[in-house]
This record gives sequence, C-alpha cells and structure tokens, in this order.
Amino acid sequence: MTLLQIEKMTHYFGGLRAVYNYGLSIEPGQIRGLIGPNGSGKTTIFNLITGIYQPTEGQILLEGKQLNGRSPHDIASMGIGRTFQNMLLWRHMTVLEHVKMARYSKLTYGLVGAFFGTSRRHREEAESEQVAFKLLKMMRVDQYADQIVLNLPYGAQRRVEMARALAMEPRILFLDEPTAGMNPDELVQMMDIIRKVHGELGLAIFLIEHRMRVVMELCERIQTLVFGEVIAEGIPEEIQNNPKVIDAYLGKETVE
Amino acid sequence: MESTGDELSINGKLKSSRVREFVAPIPLLSWLLGALVAVALEHYIGTSFAQTLGLRKAPMLFGFDIMLKQPTLIHSALTYLVLIYFLPIIVVARLSAAGMNGLAAILIDYPLMLTVLIHLGMLYAILHWWSNMSLYRADVLRFTLIAVLLTLSLNLINGYMGEFSCSHPGFMALGAYASSVFTLGLFADDRVFGPALLPQWLGPYLFPVALVLGGVVAAVGALAVAIPSFRTRGDYLAIISLAFMFIVKSLIENLEFVGGPRGLGDQPGWANRPVVFVTVVLGIWIINNFVRSTLGKALNAVRDNEMAADAMTVDTRQTKITAFLFGAFWAGVAGGLYAHALRYINPGSFGIQMLAEGLAMVYFGGLNSVYGSIVGACSISLLGEMLRPLELFKWIIIPLLLILVMIFRPTGLIAFREFDVKKLVRPKQASDR
Repeated sequence: MTLLQIEKMTHYFGGLRAVYNYGLSIEPGQIRGLIGPNGSGKTTIFNLITGIYQPTEGQILLEGKQLNGRSPHDIASMGIGRTFQNMLLWRHMTVLEHVKMARYSKLTYGLVGAFFGTSRRHREEAESEQVAFKLLKMMRVDQYADQIVLNLPYGAQRRVEMARALAMEPRILFLDEPTAGMNPDELVQMMDIIRKVHGELGLAIFLIEHRMRVVMELCERIQTLVFGEVIAEGIPEEIQNNPKVIDAYLGKETVE
Repeated sequence: MESTGDELSINGKLKSSRVREFVAPIPLLSWLLGALVAVALEHYIGTSFAQTLGLRKAPMLFGFDIMLKQPTLIHSALTYLVLIYFLPIIVVARLSAAGMNGLAAILIDYPLMLTVLIHLGMLYAILHWWSNMSLYRADVLRFTLIAVLLTLSLNLINGYMGEFSCSHPGFMALGAYASSVFTLGLFADDRVFGPALLPQWLGPYLFPVALVLGGVVAAVGALAVAIPSFRTRGDYLAIISLAFMFIVKSLIENLEFVGGPRGLGDQPGWANRPVVFVTVVLGIWIINNFVRSTLGKALNAVRDNEMAADAMTVDTRQTKITAFLFGAFWAGVAGGLYAHALRYINPGSFGIQMLAEGLAMVYFGGLNSVYGSIVGACSISLLGEMLRPLELFKWIIIPLLLILVMIFRPTGLIAFREFDVKKLVRPKQASDR
C-alpha cells in the first residue's frame, strides 16, 4: 500500500500561486528527493503536508487516511516526522529534553501523573529516556545529552534535530535541507546518518536538498520543482541529464 | 598598578574558593540544624542578650529596622546578628556536617518522601520558633509564604510559558472572594449571609475545600481570558489579561452582597502558620512535579518555538490552556489563604500595586525556575518589610535593585534552574561544587 499519496495539490498565498497541481506517491522504505531553485515552493510543500498550511485544493493521504484539515500535531503523531530548514530548536532546553519532548503523544499518564508524580509517570518517563538515549547514540550526540542545545556545534545540532524527529517513531521522515550550511566533513557524516536511519529503521524519507551530490547519491527518485510546478521526475540519471532541469538551474545554453 | 590588581583578584578568588571549600561538604540537614540552634538560642536568650547590648528587644527582622531608625545602634544590631544567627549557624552546620552526611547517606536508602518530610519538619520547626517571637514575625512569615505561591503561579505563565499575563491579581481576587463567601456563608454569623449553616468545629476541616473552590473559580475566570487570547500571539494576552484584572476589580466593587468597594471582613482565621506552610509546600510540590514532566516541559517548547513543538506532536493549544488554568488555580488558592490570613479583603487591594509586586518577584527571582520564585518572593517581601523605616525611599531602593538585576542578570537571579529535590537533600562531599 502506498505510504503517502498526494493528488493535485494546489496552494495560493493570496493571489500568488505557490504550488500547482502537485502529485506524489511514496512507497514504504523509499527515499525521495525534491529539488528546485530558491523560492520554487519546496518548503511550502512540506508545510502543506505537515499541516502548517492547508492546501487550497487537492488531497493528502497517509496510508489511506486523509490529512487535510488536521492540525500539525495530529499529523505528526500519525507518523510524519520532520526537520526544518533553519533548525527550529528550543533554546533553553537540553539535548535530552528535546528528544524526550517528541515522545509527547506516546505518554499516557496525563495531568494526574504530571501533578502528583505517579509510578506510571516515572515508568513512562524512564522508557522515553531510554528511547531518547538510543537515538542520541545512533546520531552520535549522546555525550551532549545534558547540555543546552545551543551550546553544541552546528553539525551536532542538526543531528539532535534529526534524533528529535525520530523519537516520535514516524512512518516517514521529512528532511528539509539536512546538509544546509555544513562543511564537507559534516556533510559526509550527515549522509552516513541518513543512510543509517534508512537502513536500520527502514523509514521512508522525503528530502529537500540543494546539493546535487547528496540527492543524486541518496535518492531513488527525484522531483524537480520550478515555480511550484513539477517539471521533471525520475531516477537521478534522468534528472541530471534532463535539459529542463539544467535549464532551471543553470540557464539556457543559447548563443546569439 | 597591574600587579596589585592581579593580586587582588587572586586573593578574591582564593577567598571565594576557601569559602567554597568550607561550605561544600555541608549537607542541607546541617544547615537546617544550624538554623534550628540559632532560633532556639534566640528563643531562650534573645531578649535578655539584646537588652545587654542596649537594644530594647530582640531585633524583629534581622535588625534592619533598628539600623535604619537609630544608626547609633548599628553595632549592637550587627553584634546580635552575628552572635545569634551567623556564628551558631556556621559553627553548628560545619561541626555537624560529618554526622549529618552520614544520616543523609542512610536516608537515601529510604523512600525520598521520608527524607523530604524530615527536612520539611525541621524547616517548619525553624520558621515556627522564629515567628513565635512576635505577632509581627508571624504575619511576615505567612504573607511571605503566600507570596511564594503567588509568584510561582505567575512564573508558570510568564516564565515557563513565556506569555506575559497581567491578570494574576484578578485570579487572586476571585479565589479570595470565592473562598470567603464559602467560609462566611457556611460557618459564620454574617450580616449578609445570615447565620452559620454548619457547626463551627467542622470549619477547619472544610477549609481545604474552600481553598480548592477559590482555585477552581479562579481557573474558570482564567478560561475567559484564555479562549479569546490564545488565538493570537504576543502582546494580546498582556492587554486582555490586564483588562480582565480591571473587570474583576470593578465587578466586585459593584457586587453589593460581597460588600462592594467596602470589602469583606471577619473571615475565620483558619489560615494560620501550619496551614499556610502545608498549602504552600503542597503547591510547590505539585507545580514542580508538573514543570519537570514532559507535559510541563512542553510549555518551554511552546515558548521557545511553537511551530517546532507542534511538529513534534505537542498539542500546543491544550498545553497553553492547561498551564494557564493551572497557574490561575494556584493564584486562586493563594487568594484564599490571603483572605483568611488577613481576615479582610477589598477589591482595591487586588490592583496594579499587587500586580507590580508579583511581577517584580518573578523577574527578580528568575524566570522558569522554582528556586527563583522562592528567592524572589522572599527577598522582595522581606526587603519591603525591612526597608519600611525608610518610608518613601523604599520605593526607590527596591526598583533600583530590580533595575540592577535586570542589567546584570536579565532573566533574574536564579533563572532556568531545575528544582531537583533529590540533589538538594543528598549528602555532600568536599569535591562537590
């Protein structure tokens, strides 16, 4: 069964058409890429799927269940984990607290547990701490667990954000430019981690990326977005050699 | 010049490290024991010792009133302070450190609750003995404790949740009036509410019900602020909540059956020291439990970045409303205590002045921190009392202090610190920082 199915999604910001007639279907365990020049609507598509914006038209289905009209936290707990282009971290919280927070929807102890510290709460908090540590180890940031997240090096912050997204046990992970602003070393590390997440957890991944190398190496299929419209879709080689894509990224090769 | 400066700073560092070394191995139990000894000393010889020093009686609030009123007696007041409080506490704490560390180490194997109860018992004994010296002290103690609860409930919203709420005096008024109407109506022969409906002896047992009722009424009032204002962000809550405060005030002023602007008096004096102490400790315990759980930490996530919180499955709207009602509830409870401690309330006392004091306590002590709320509430209330002889200048000194804190520690004295009871009561070692 298709994991994520999007049909004819269109979105207007006032009179501006940000996304037009967008379609996508992701199978479980696939890695998909979305590329396109700045301002072409990539992040808007992420925000539409995760419920931050409501699409003007079209429908979004996760395992057959409609996502349109649901609130972002609802969609998130249904199984869409994401990271953000500009890393939305909580500046006063520690690394461990970040990852534990994403277990919010898994906690069942309720307000009574929160107020009176019942044994159920202690058990659930301990469980989520275990899960969190496992993920932090996987991301190689467990040594920072008790530090305030802003004191970490940039690459480590990115990995914390990823651990946080994984802690909610998503069915599909959305990565919005996971390697933005990284140096070559951090880039290689991040690619390793994405492969590891994909391999070990068998997650489907949908990623926006600017660096061709990353998309070409990781993704099974790639879509190219220009002015909100998909102009090309295919396997990496096809995209690389597609004249329209080259056109959008590099400009026309005409000499007068 | 440079070398002396260096020497001075090295000296300073050495001194501070020596102090640290001296203090580090002392567990909380020893400090409490030291304070207990000091208070006992004052109880038995305080008055006669003060008279030999040339004072009329034992200084009530650490000698500040004497120092400010009669500068010639400064040395006597200081001597009293050092000999009755400072020295006994330090000496007893240091000498008992080894033994008390042993005791603390034994207690670790028992449930935490037992250890906490022992500490609280000692703390209460200290406060009770200290405040037994005069009615004035007892009043200062009660109102300081109530201020702690109010500050903490305000910190929940302004610190933990990061919204600026101005409606706390309104919540407190709702709590105070609701609980007063309950107790006056049921247990007192009142000119408005008629003769007592229930026997007097039952009253103290039902006082918790009155407090909870006050809290619930305040929380319902909070719902009226929360529903319209949480649809928007930023300054709107501040404005709406300020409006709410004035609405509550003028509403009560126009309700004739609770006395209107003349206020409501003769509440039964059930908010005595033990009751206030237990209620405030309970409040601190429950609030601290909440803010340390993931459900409570969600507030910080919402404050630091709401979009990220939402994307990480946190139900932001529910989180905010819950916390707001929760904060209002405890403000209402504080209001109930206040009404039955002062035994007179009028709408005028729940106004801008109370709001300013509450905010000062929160921002002075530190945002997002239980320690901060306790420190802030105690220091502002005590400073307010201690500087009373200065009259008008009090209102210059306290704001100045607040400004200095804002300049050097913008988030308050002890901000963003977790109140970890386990850490607080454990035995200490010399190597601990």
